Amino acid sequence: MMRRSNAPIFWLLFGAGGMLAALCGTALVFLTGIAAPLDWPLGPQLMSYRHMLAFSQHWLGKGFIFAVIMLFAWHAVHRIYHSLHDVGVPAGMPARLACYGVATLISIVAAVGLLAVGF
Amino acid sequence: MNRPAAATRGYMRPMQGWWRRDPFFVRYMAREATALAVLCYSVILAVGVVRLAQGEAAWNAWLQALRSPFAVLLHVVLLGAMVIHAQSWFEIMPKTMPAMFIRGKRVAQSTIMRVGWAAAGVSTVLLVAIAWWLK
Repeated sequence: MMRRSNAPIFWLLFGAGGMLAALCGTALVFLTGIAAPLDWPLGPQLMSYRHMLAFSQHWLGKGFIFAVIMLFAWHAVHRIYHSLHDVGVPAGMPARLACYGVATLISIVAAVGLLAVGF
Repeated sequence: MNRPAAATRGYMRPMQGWWRRDPFFVRYMAREATALAVLCYSVILAVGVVRLAQGEAAWNAWLQALRSPFAVLLHVVLLGAMVIHAQSWFEIMPKTMPAMFIRGKRVAQSTIMRVGWAAAGVSTVLLVAIAWWLK
């Protein structure tokens, strides 16, 4: 019997992350990176400590934040791994470990942080 | 690198800067570069989560860092990259998904693409509206 490939797992994470980024990425970057720091146009309370603590303690907010960080990371490293050949870096096991290692690390940091925030 | 092999193969076309030779390749590389933006944004958010867990002072310091001109400029670039990502994601979607049929007729690639862009537009407006409502 042929050994099953692990490619579908990474492809699924890539696809889910790509779809989430395509649907929510633009709005999220605008909200967290432009609207919140400039206090415009949604006011200065948009990402206040009290608000973000409540948001990240709710199971829905916690799940959303984790999904965004984790899937964005897996999506990005999957594509970076497959682009390495185009910039002259051989795509072998070291490159694979470095790319997916970064995504694993980001996922763990996000999970630990979200658990430390409490419920 | 491998000198004897290179010698027997004779002239090898240099690949340095290959993607700058054709506008099609430049567009391809711009699309692939958006992966770096997605990774960068993921790291920024992960740091934010850690700062939030460390308490109010740490969180406010993170917010303060986001207010620096460099951070705002970076997010403007990230915003542009996210738009390119969304545009190309739905441009490619009809080519990667299995053919779809409605009442025996194949759904046109341009229809799938436009539905994707519409969905992205709706979810963008929805997210900003939710943020407005939660603030």
